[in-house]
Amino acid sequence: MHASVRSAVSVNITPPVTTGAHRETAAPAEMRMTISKVNFWYGSKQTLFDISLGIATSKVTALIGPSGCGKSTLLRTLDRMHETVRHSRLEGEILLDGKNILDQDVTQLRRRVGMVFQRPNPFPKSIFENVAYGLRINGTKLPMAEAVEKSLRHAALWDEVKDHLHKSAYELSGGQQQRLCIARALAVEPEVLLLDEPCSALDPISTAKIEELLVQLKDLCTIVTVTHNMQQAARISDFTAFLLNGQVIEFSPTPHLFTTPSDPRTEAYITGRFG
Amino acid sequence: MSHRLRWRKFVSNFMLTMTGVCAAISVAVLFFILGYLVYHGGASINWDFFTKLPAPVGEAGGGMANAILGSAKLLLLATLFGVPIGFFGAIYLAEFSGSKVAFVVRYAADLLNGVPSIVIGIFAYSVAVHPFKHFSTFAGGFALGVMMIPITLRSTEEFLLGVPRSLREGAMALGASKWKTISSVIVPAAYRGILTAILLAFARVAGETAPLLFTALGNRFWSNGWNEPTASLPVMIYNYALSPFEDWHRQAWAAGLVLLTLILIVNIVARAILSRGISVPRT
Repeated sequence: MHASVRSAVSVNITPPVTTGAHRETAAPAEMRMTISKVNFWYGSKQTLFDISLGIATSKVTALIGPSGCGKSTLLRTLDRMHETVRHSRLEGEILLDGKNILDQDVTQLRRRVGMVFQRPNPFPKSIFENVAYGLRINGTKLPMAEAVEKSLRHAALWDEVKDHLHKSAYELSGGQQQRLCIARALAVEPEVLLLDEPCSALDPISTAKIEELLVQLKDLCTIVTVTHNMQQAARISDFTAFLLNGQVIEFSPTPHLFTTPSDPRTEAYITGRFG
Repeated sequence: MSHRLRWRKFVSNFMLTMTGVCAAISVAVLFFILGYLVYHGGASINWDFFTKLPAPVGEAGGGMANAILGSAKLLLLATLFGVPIGFFGAIYLAEFSGSKVAFVVRYAADLLNGVPSIVIGIFAYSVAVHPFKHFSTFAGGFALGVMMIPITLRSTEEFLLGVPRSLREGAMALGASKWKTISSVIVPAAYRGILTAILLAFARVAGETAPLLFTALGNRFWSNGWNEPTASLPVMIYNYALSPFEDWHRQAWAAGLVLLTLILIVNIVARAILSRGISVPRT
């Protein structure tokens, strides 16, 4: 008991390499992003406490925890979307490829770290223009049609929309809209893709499609996803962080966290005793 | 059927009828005005009306070509002056300013909107006529433009604020700067509403007479340029309706009909353009 509490306090920046059956999932990973000692406030209310995490390259990292635990807030600090909220304050260091993102130009950063939101939010434009948007604002020289097709294929949406690329994005179903938003984010070839409960507004079939997609996208970019669905985290992620009241309680390879959690609070949460 | 139930049914039917009658009246007023204009002025609308200058006093016939062109020029000036200021001001209020500044500006705009048009006219006179010692088309356009600012500003701001936050975040998450987000996502998402607001402002000032009386003044001949006084339809209506001549009265009605038709055409064309874009569905 005592030992497990201590391990929760000294959360490792790198996911701990576990023994036995789980070793294969925890091959020594290269870190795309490193979050160290992040504290966060909305006004005078502190919502993140001393968070340190490593985001492994080309892996899926899931953030789980009950509502209000700070998982979305943590995700939004990774592309500095928290700055769109007035009176928010961040302390600590977040490295992307070894450089602090807080010192960088925010528009450049967001080109490298894409984000998909809880509800599909396509722009009031055609399907094609939605995907092309990021490329256009970044003044790309790529042939637009090819780039759009590539992104739509990556998002497993191409076959469904190829014949009506110039229709309104709002004519798509909710699940298709969300994949369109993923395609839109992928078009600028981000190194990291952040997803904030991407399936919470979708039906089970659309959810399954997006889960499948995320696993495939690992080869393209590093993925961080927030979910309140533990089964989902277990299905798609390589590493899982469990957050509670703005603190990381446990961070380990996913199979390890779900089978042999080292903290009693994690165990209580994943077995459904609260949350 | 109990007494109470009968009473409820009666109230329900009564209210339904009353709301229906009120709706019918609101539409009927428009058609009544239109019918009246056609009845009294329809006969005076002919080719001459659109191509000829007003006939000399006492002579029948003639047209209002100079007033039609004059109104068009005044409205063009007003739109060029009032709409950009209102539009960009609204963007500042909706996207950049703090809530205190926005409150003050909003309040001032509402007050300006409530200023009687004759007072706007006096203001325009003292700013754009008196210093130059002559009446001009510019001064008239300025007066009408001032009236367009608050209408454009307030309604544009409302429509900008109505754009869902998720669209802003979507654009910013792709690396769009604040201005890029506004110009490429927010304004396009709100443009139908904004254009409707501008049309309303346009239609509102198209019929204004008071601000033109001592700015653009009026002119029985072609205006010699933007810096000279010009005729306009509302002022023409005002002068002709007060005249003692039967023929001029008919022409005043005809001018009213033309003014209304022009506004209607602008509205229909703009709506036709509007219906083609992609709008954000209501959720």
